[in-house]
Amino acid sequence: MTAIASPPASTASRPRGAIRDFAAQQPLGALSFVIILLMTVAGIFSEWVSPHDPLRIDFAAILQPPSWEHWAGTDAYGRDIFSRIIHGARTALVISLTSSFFGATLGAILGIASAYFGGRIDDWIQRFMDILLAFPIIVLALVVVAALKTAVIFGIDINLIVAIAIPIVPRVCRVVRAAALSIRVMPYIDAARAAGYSDSRIIFRHMAPNVAAPYLIMFTAFMAQAILLEASLSFLGLGVTEPTPAWGLMLSGNAADFYREAPWLILFPGLAISLAVFAFNLFGDSLRDYLDPRFKV
Amino acid sequence: MKALFGIAGMLAFALAGATVPADAQQPKRGGTLNFAISAETPNYDCHGSETYATLHFSAPFYSTLVRFNLKKFPDVEGDLASSWTIAPDLMTYTFKLHQNVRFHDGTTLTSTDVKATYDRMRNPPKGVVSPRQATFADIGTIETPDAQTVVFRMKAVNASMIEHFASPWNCIYSAKDIAADPNAPRNKINGTGPFVFGEHVKGSHVTGQRNDNYFKKGLPYLDGFRGVFTLQAAAMLNAVQGGQLLGEFRGISPAERDRLVGAMGDKIRIEESSWTLNLLVAFNVEKKPFDDPRVRRALLMAIDRWGGSAGLSKISTMRSVGGLIRPGSPMATPPEELVKLPGYAKDMTAARAQARKLLQDAGVPNLKFVLHNRNLAQPYTPAGIFLVDQWRQIGVTADHKQFDTAPYIAAMNAGNHEVAIDFSNLFMDDSTLALAKYLSHDRSPQNLSRAIDRELDKLYDDHVRERDIEKRKAMIRAFERRVFEQAYQQPILWWHRIVPTHRIVMGWDMSPSHNLGAQLEGVWLNQ
Repeated sequence: MTAIASPPASTASRPRGAIRDFAAQQPLGALSFVIILLMTVAGIFSEWVSPHDPLRIDFAAILQPPSWEHWAGTDAYGRDIFSRIIHGARTALVISLTSSFFGATLGAILGIASAYFGGRIDDWIQRFMDILLAFPIIVLALVVVAALKTAVIFGIDINLIVAIAIPIVPRVCRVVRAAALSIRVMPYIDAARAAGYSDSRIIFRHMAPNVAAPYLIMFTAFMAQAILLEASLSFLGLGVTEPTPAWGLMLSGNAADFYREAPWLILFPGLAISLAVFAFNLFGDSLRDYLDPRFKV
Repeated sequence: MKALFGIAGMLAFALAGATVPADAQQPKRGGTLNFAISAETPNYDCHGSETYATLHFSAPFYSTLVRFNLKKFPDVEGDLASSWTIAPDLMTYTFKLHQNVRFHDGTTLTSTDVKATYDRMRNPPKGVVSPRQATFADIGTIETPDAQTVVFRMKAVNASMIEHFASPWNCIYSAKDIAADPNAPRNKINGTGPFVFGEHVKGSHVTGQRNDNYFKKGLPYLDGFRGVFTLQAAAMLNAVQGGQLLGEFRGISPAERDRLVGAMGDKIRIEESSWTLNLLVAFNVEKKPFDDPRVRRALLMAIDRWGGSAGLSKISTMRSVGGLIRPGSPMATPPEELVKLPGYAKDMTAARAQARKLLQDAGVPNLKFVLHNRNLAQPYTPAGIFLVDQWRQIGVTADHKQFDTAPYIAAMNAGNHEVAIDFSNLFMDDSTLALAKYLSHDRSPQNLSRAIDRELDKLYDDHVRERDIEKRKAMIRAFERRVFEQAYQQPILWWHRIVPTHRIVMGWDMSPSHNLGAQLEGVWLNQ
């Protein structure tokens, strides 16, 4: 009697099982996911979660150290730092999520198209990506944000998102192109061509789903990068403006004047940035380890 | 014995010389003064500007007819004028110019250049911006009987005219240059000042070299200067602390002062003064709902200036609560009178309740608008944060947007703003200067509320002619009350000036205005 082995469970068809599997295989990844989840919840429900109004000035409470009343102390305007960190999570997540999504998605589309068409189109796209890659990520973002100025829609600076998204594009494009090159020579792509499917259908319906793993990994990894970029640009006065709570902004301005006598001004926003970057980086790494079959060997 | 006395005398002289205070030392020639300019000028034209960024950039290249003597402020001394006379009826001012004054392009300065300069300010050709048009409106004719004499005949008395002639903004231009292109001074520098233009690298610095043909022999002492644009306060402080920059002549915050003193000890010199400068909030009356005085008044009533003064003075260059004239100066409104004016109440609960009612009556209880502000850390950002908070307390949402100096000014001059944090940048306490900003916009383009109010214009004109101090004071009060009741514009707080310079920087004089002393003529380095 021959035992018939059951086919391996598909991760796509059983998401709950996949999450349990991921947590079991990547405990640190699961921990980072919990941190991201907490940040997201804090960002979405910041109005209800934060103990104080993050914009409310209280000159009677200037530069107070951490206490039961103000868990992370107060800033030079007497504003509650903990509440500003919670509200700052929203700014960080909205900007990093949207910029990573647009940057990674555009990079993925260009990468697949570059691999699929090959020849001169591939050359042109890749040389353009070379130009973008020649600039350090922060320098490119600085140039873009300085050139575009501000265009605020629904309280979000669209040009800041564009500035952060652009440096992400070439990096994702390179990785996705490498994955797509191996898919392009698959028989089913030839079959799709022979069946007369359009280029866009082949790219979006047949190639894109098969590069989802590197896309997701890059997307998560660049979330961390985007949080850092947003904080850096705000620190340099090119991101969001006061009094909007934003972690990078909390490290600049009056914090630079008073951090010697009130170190909590930079300690807690710095911790928030570090924790968020750590969580996204760890989650990205864990996701790569989980999804990439080579790491399972 | 004689020889012994001689040696003892020489020794005593030498010892006395060794203990002479630094300020009394003989100036030394040479060296380059590297200093910080915390904003970059939108263009080079002194006449069209109201920001110190232009003066700290351009003043070393230019001369004025007369100027303030900063050692005896507000006394006036000659610059291009070697002497002057004022008719007893104050209707004629005659200036004699120094001989052999040359522009940097080699041409000789004559009275024609002075006339052309003042004509440009009082009757600006099309396309030329002149915020000082109202100030010089009382000049009837300018005569040039000879190359060294210029005579101003007034249409009406202006008791403060000689101080207005000493304004640092009145850079004397070449008649030839402005005849060829009235806007030439915006992009080209050709003055008679102590320094010749070197280079302007946008976003980086401006340099000047000593003018060897300067008409004041022996001056300037410096070989040159380099003004470095340091938009980030932290970068400026690091550079001053590290010795790359030897000073910042505008002013720093109390916290920045404490940091420099803590790090540099007696290597840094700190000078402090009250400041002829305030930030004000201006409502563009051409935009709805700010055409409604109830809305404007409500927004002013919501601002707790007294509480703000106590808090903001610890973290910014803003300090004193005042009306239209610098608090503490002879013509200023005292605090006990100030509290009776709209926007200066101390009972903020009552004031804010009244403000909410005014907004309700005007039909805009949940008003939202953009607060246009300058991207300068001190004190524009603290002022913006403060106003946003104050207005939130009456249910108003202000979207705070900050811009670099050039777009900030351009947008306001074009009337694109709704509500702006503007500045009243004075160089003296005289009311004819301080009140000019509040005249009707068609008379005073620097009035960024763009309001036309002929009652205010009349009050101003009457006060300019009035020579009796008490009557003049009463007119100033009436003018002030009208401005605040109509709520076109209102000072937020007046500033406090703190200037850091390295001990080796000598010959620079502190004053209540950062617009003065920017020529650097007498500055030298004790190294």
